[in-house]
Amino acid sequence: MDLPVIAPEAPNAGGCSSGSCGSTADQLGGLSDAIRARVQDHPCYSENAHHYFARMHVAVAPACNIQCHYCNRKYDCANESRPGVVSELLTPDQAVKKTLAVAATIPQMTVLGIAGPGDPLANPARTFETFRQLAQKAPDIKLCVSTNGLTLPDHVEELAKHNIDHVTITINCVDPDVGAKIYPWIFWKNKRIHGREAAAILIAQQQKGLEMLVARGILVKVNSVLIPGVNDEHLKEVSQIVKAKGAFLHNVMPLIAEAEHGTFYGVMGQRSPRPDELKALQDACEGDMNMMRHCRQCRADAVGLLGEDRGDEFTLDKIDAMDIDYEAAMAVRAELRARVTAELEAKRQKAHAPAPQVIQFMQRPQKSALVGRRVLMAVAAKSGVVAVHFGHAKEFLVYEASAAGAKFVGHRKAEQYCAGDETCGDGESVLDRTIKALAGCEVVLCSKIGIEPWGKLEAAGIQPNGEHAMEPVADAVMAVWNEMLAAGKLDAKVAAAKCA
Amino acid sequence: MALEIIESCVNCFACEPLCPNKAILEAKPHFLIDADKCTECLGDFADAQCVAICPIEGAILDELGAEMNPPGSLTGIPPERWAAVQAEIRAR
Repeated sequence: MDLPVIAPEAPNAGGCSSGSCGSTADQLGGLSDAIRARVQDHPCYSENAHHYFARMHVAVAPACNIQCHYCNRKYDCANESRPGVVSELLTPDQAVKKTLAVAATIPQMTVLGIAGPGDPLANPARTFETFRQLAQKAPDIKLCVSTNGLTLPDHVEELAKHNIDHVTITINCVDPDVGAKIYPWIFWKNKRIHGREAAAILIAQQQKGLEMLVARGILVKVNSVLIPGVNDEHLKEVSQIVKAKGAFLHNVMPLIAEAEHGTFYGVMGQRSPRPDELKALQDACEGDMNMMRHCRQCRADAVGLLGEDRGDEFTLDKIDAMDIDYEAAMAVRAELRARVTAELEAKRQKAHAPAPQVIQFMQRPQKSALVGRRVLMAVAAKSGVVAVHFGHAKEFLVYEASAAGAKFVGHRKAEQYCAGDETCGDGESVLDRTIKALAGCEVVLCSKIGIEPWGKLEAAGIQPNGEHAMEPVADAVMAVWNEMLAAGKLDAKVAAAKCA
Repeated sequence: MALEIIESCVNCFACEPLCPNKAILEAKPHFLIDADKCTECLGDFADAQCVAICPIEGAILDELGAEMNPPGSLTGIPPERWAAVQAEIRAR
């Protein structure tokens, strides 16, 4: 029997689009095998890995050498989750002890980062002492550091010496005029320098540091904070430049600005970007490089999987009471890592394998899929599966479904409206806020959902769907998209009518 | 002449390694300057180093009690704006 041959330009639902892999939503789809091998168990660099592997930050670096308008150095709150915030400053010895305790308790913990609460490289003695001890005592943990870049060129040699495999540089601009609106001052050569001059020095140091790291073969991720009206358009240029210089991943994060945080932007009323603005910018930058979309902007003392924080289990007094056999823990960790890595590799092979011909044949009638418009869907997921009750979801993953496949494009924070008796009175407004957070999504997938939120979601134009419980997220998203397509909900006319 | 660190210090360690006279002490509840050792960096640097890196407005005083980094000088937030926003938050 002759099977029809699909034209090569027809999109393959199981293949890869330009920036990322359609079916697995792996942001690393465009990377070389060599780089992928280096980041496959790093939760911050691999969208896939973050479901399986955990990271921790140790807060050993309190000093900073610059001021950013989105940061307030006075702030220190246990209930607040954002970069620059910590509850307990650690000495290098305490940090090492905590790391070993966490690694023994959470075998999925593969990465130790130093990210603040100040700038790690403005605290070189504390930062490098921590790395030195860990490289010796916990050789199975990857070490990484994030920095504002001001003193980075001075420390590249030392970073290489401590076997630091990954460095993140926060680069918000390459134009000093833009920088002057983000950085009020830097400390440089024994002076405090303000304004444009300060921004120009910072930018030059960041770019030099980036080039030096790439030349040494150290992987560089670039973080940028999207500040509406300040650097939004400019970040496209930043993305092109850092890509050209060899950064392997760009992470554009939304500005967090609330008056009660006491930051310049918060107090002065600078607004944060809306989810659609963030996504539009990430999409615009994606043509140029791998974009990271699963960042949860964690605290400088976060512990656990992205999006969860188990820091409370590892306070200094609790660590003191723990008895740690690191040799034994290392064996458990190695076994787990090998198992998960094999599982991920098998998934990747499956996703990238040419589809069997019979499946191509089955897909032929879907030629109309080419005109189906893109649909945003929110998913209450756990470990890559539609497994969370709508009312229990702390966050929703957002996927863009199209003929090219399901692509992970971000996440939206939700408040749990179904949290127990004391909060029930407030349930309605919390549900309203969650629905607001899902703006732009047409479908929400979850394992289960109550009648009341169902009605409210529908009224808000968001279709709840509980029919794909326990299915892999990308499969569920594509199944719903195909149903919508078959029902004629995805042609251009419908979209136009919806917009009108 | 000597500078003084007061209670608004957040213990960030930034100043401590910069002091040419090793006059800054890590202490609780906040860092301290040994007045006998502090020279305000005279003869070593054009600017007092602790003052030049401290991120907290008002945390370092001169010997007359004047704030070396007055309100608004580091964050760029006008003091009247700060006061208005704080009042608004309290009223919520």
